[in-house]
Amino acid sequence: MSAKTGVGAPVLRKEDFRFITGKGQYTDDINRQDQAHAYFLRSPHAHATIKKLDISAAKSAPGVLGVLTGDDLAADKIGGLICGWMIHNKDGSPMKAGAHPALAQGKVRYVGDHVAVVIADTYAQAKDAAEKIVVDYQVLPAVVDMNKAKSSAAIHDVAPDNVVYDWHLGDKAATDAAFSKAKHVTKIDLVNNRLIPNAMEPRAAIGDFDAGTGVYTLYTTSQNPHVARLVLSAFVGIAPEHKLRVIAPDVGGGFGSKIFIYAEETVCVWASKKVGRPVKWTADRTEAFLSDAHGRDHISHAELALDDKGKILGLRVQTKANLGAYLSTFSSCVPTYLYAPLLSGQYDIPAIYVEVEGIYTTTAPVDAYRGAGRPEATFLVERIIEKAARETGTDPATFRRKNFIKSFPHQTPVIMAYDTGNYTASLDLALEMADYKNFAKRKKDSAKNGKLRGIGFSAYIEACGIAPSAAVGSLGAGVGLWESAEIRVNPVGTVEVLTGSHSHGQGHETTFAQLVADRLGIDIDSVAVVHGDTDKVQFGMGTYGSRSGAVGMSAIVKAVDKVIAKGKKVAAYALEAAEKDIQFKDGRFSVAGTDKSLAFGEVALQAYIAHKFNGQDLEPGLKEGAFYDPTNFTFPSGVHICEVEIDPDTGTTDIVKWTAVDDFGNVINPMIVEGQVHGGIAQGVGQALLEGAHYNADGQLVTASYMDYTMPRADDLPSFDIGMTNTPCTTNPLGIKGCGEAGAIAAPPAVINAITDAVGHEDVPMPATPYAVWQACQKGARKLAAE
Amino acid sequence: MASVSMTVNGKQVSATVDPRTLLAQFLREHLHLTGTHVGCDTSQCGACVVHVNGRAVKSCTTLAVSCDGATVTTIEGIGTADNLHPMQAAFRENHGLQCGFCTPGMIMSAIDIVNRKGNKLDEHTIREELEGNICRCTGYHNIVKAVAQGAAAMK
Repeated sequence: MSAKTGVGAPVLRKEDFRFITGKGQYTDDINRQDQAHAYFLRSPHAHATIKKLDISAAKSAPGVLGVLTGDDLAADKIGGLICGWMIHNKDGSPMKAGAHPALAQGKVRYVGDHVAVVIADTYAQAKDAAEKIVVDYQVLPAVVDMNKAKSSAAIHDVAPDNVVYDWHLGDKAATDAAFSKAKHVTKIDLVNNRLIPNAMEPRAAIGDFDAGTGVYTLYTTSQNPHVARLVLSAFVGIAPEHKLRVIAPDVGGGFGSKIFIYAEETVCVWASKKVGRPVKWTADRTEAFLSDAHGRDHISHAELALDDKGKILGLRVQTKANLGAYLSTFSSCVPTYLYAPLLSGQYDIPAIYVEVEGIYTTTAPVDAYRGAGRPEATFLVERIIEKAARETGTDPATFRRKNFIKSFPHQTPVIMAYDTGNYTASLDLALEMADYKNFAKRKKDSAKNGKLRGIGFSAYIEACGIAPSAAVGSLGAGVGLWESAEIRVNPVGTVEVLTGSHSHGQGHETTFAQLVADRLGIDIDSVAVVHGDTDKVQFGMGTYGSRSGAVGMSAIVKAVDKVIAKGKKVAAYALEAAEKDIQFKDGRFSVAGTDKSLAFGEVALQAYIAHKFNGQDLEPGLKEGAFYDPTNFTFPSGVHICEVEIDPDTGTTDIVKWTAVDDFGNVINPMIVEGQVHGGIAQGVGQALLEGAHYNADGQLVTASYMDYTMPRADDLPSFDIGMTNTPCTTNPLGIKGCGEAGAIAAPPAVINAITDAVGHEDVPMPATPYAVWQACQKGARKLAAE
Repeated sequence: MASVSMTVNGKQVSATVDPRTLLAQFLREHLHLTGTHVGCDTSQCGACVVHVNGRAVKSCTTLAVSCDGATVTTIEGIGTADNLHPMQAAFRENHGLQCGFCTPGMIMSAIDIVNRKGNKLDEHTIREELEGNICRCTGYHNIVKAVAQGAAAMK
């Protein structure tokens, strides 16, 4: 095993060759023989009943093979889309989940909701024919403002007040008692702006029914093909699992949005049997904006109680979370169990009480987006901590240091038990890298040039490694969140790693191969990683929540250990030694105290030819599988420091320096980990400065293209200074914590804390566009004049 | 229907197409050159960038028939895994890609930047010139490094 490709080395990616030469194979690059094309007619209204739907003219349009509606789904007894996490109200009653048919059944609930599908020989013919569908809508009032939703028109009959759930966590009495002792209470009102994930590859699907075998195949842009198959089989009821194959080939980014089981993919599979031909659909970008699950969208009020020494006594939070028009696959857990348990942050907070209302609106469903609940929690915690430091006249680094959790394990008042961490170490390194001690001088220099300089901290915590199955089951999850792996050793000693994780940019083909090659002492090029096909890979849970390292790779090492154990048995026979005397090191099985040894590949061959042992005593072959169920979440943490310079005349914010110090535990490939941090920060800066999904009062999405929704571009961002600390995770075999979401979690409060520092008051919204910052500068100048 | 002829990656091609066929569709669906990606449809994201008569063009908003007689180069035409173009190699060596979807357009734009601005590119120039290409994965940090290295290597 070369040090250049072992665990911890910045190995260049194996998968890159196909992507840089245009040979990647994404779903839309796949074409099935005789395939037809689907076009979805979508609702132009936010909320309406369908009085009449006339498809007759469309059916006879050129090239049309079929026009299907919600009635056809009902006739075929195809079930609706599901939400896989049951949340209970304060009073113990279940949340109110309205039906979610893949094609509308009598009512549409957001602009972009699916009314009918046209399938034709070409996409253009399907699109043309859809114009011939006549829909008579009775328009109902749009429900856009969460604060007015309770008194607005009911979106689902099951939830007349548009409240999905009214949930809480923590000890109210203890928290009230903490506040009654407080010497100072800091209060804050925050809006966590709604975002649209925007993976660069739009969602796509090909449904392909084989009438000969009765097997459906779905090629799709999925982060978790087995979960898609499970839902489409067990709940939607298209076909049993053994008659449905789901393939997620190269997937061009996910960020959460490709976890979910959507209407379009569902309809393509079902329709392929109806029309007797493969059915392909690829979203255009506006369809992606309208119908991909959105992220964030919280309104919160929070209060922090402090004693006379600036120590935190308690935190209470009230949050309204927009869940959109239907409950998407994991939507219900995002503003509850992925949010509230993170509200202790890196701080020793004795009492916390959180209340969350999930609200239906006539907008696209809202679900997990990079960080999923954890960015919302961190934004709240790090904004109120910063404000409390300012109100008490304490340096923000000092205030944090004073309140950090310093001994581990640490049980928070909101479920989580942090296994390990060293928050002070990350803060110290970040302060040094950011040259914090000379900030005041830099601020003065900026002022001389008429610029406002500010510095902002974000000390985040994340819960990754999702998740111990029994624990999440007790909280309402409909699935277990373990991961699977199989190590198939070929007779020549090359290895295939079949993983239930799915790579859509994370570089698993490299890091997983690095790990296996390192453990088996073989060349990295002898290891291939297989993922994304339910016919090839055993059931697995997929990739999201920064779980592929902590959970997916833990399953892999478990399977590798079994391969080595079996290899020792084979080697014992082949070397004519006792099994207990066989050692495995650097790719060789050897007999202790002798020079007798066999290379890994030679033992593999012995395992398959089975000449040296009796098949009754030892099974031939060398292939082992493992399922790994974590015993705890993992808790990556870190400190990011953002320094901005603002032009008060234009409101333009320039990020002049970004320092990120992260503790991800042990790292397999630092190059890939740093890349994850870069991308996460960019999305977090996007949320803070640029991105915002906006529905007008009629429920029209007015940010539905790249002309209107501001994506971060190269000239919006700086280069980043990345540092790392390491306290290895104590609850998984690799000591890995996870790195995929850290940047997106850390960045927004760092940016807003920097801008509020620069302008001298707290009233800065996200996204902090030049106009918003210019207004904040005007207000800051007035405040300064009044003082 | 309309007939169109062009030279793509050095090969002469002719076809009869629906006049509304876009260059990106023509490349992907008629010639099966699926390295050119469509990430938006409003000339914003740049995943579809190809070279038409030596200039970077967004093929998702270019009609195929408007390229009649043109010389077109796509990502498949600049190098292979065994013989990478210096810009392709630079993207790999600097980890300038993650999901890979924006990468062909990024590389084609980067080569165009070098053709226009020369081999010595500073960070500010690279960031400004990449304005027409969106990447959601990398935060651009490593793309900027890749373009600088690729530009120098193209000398």
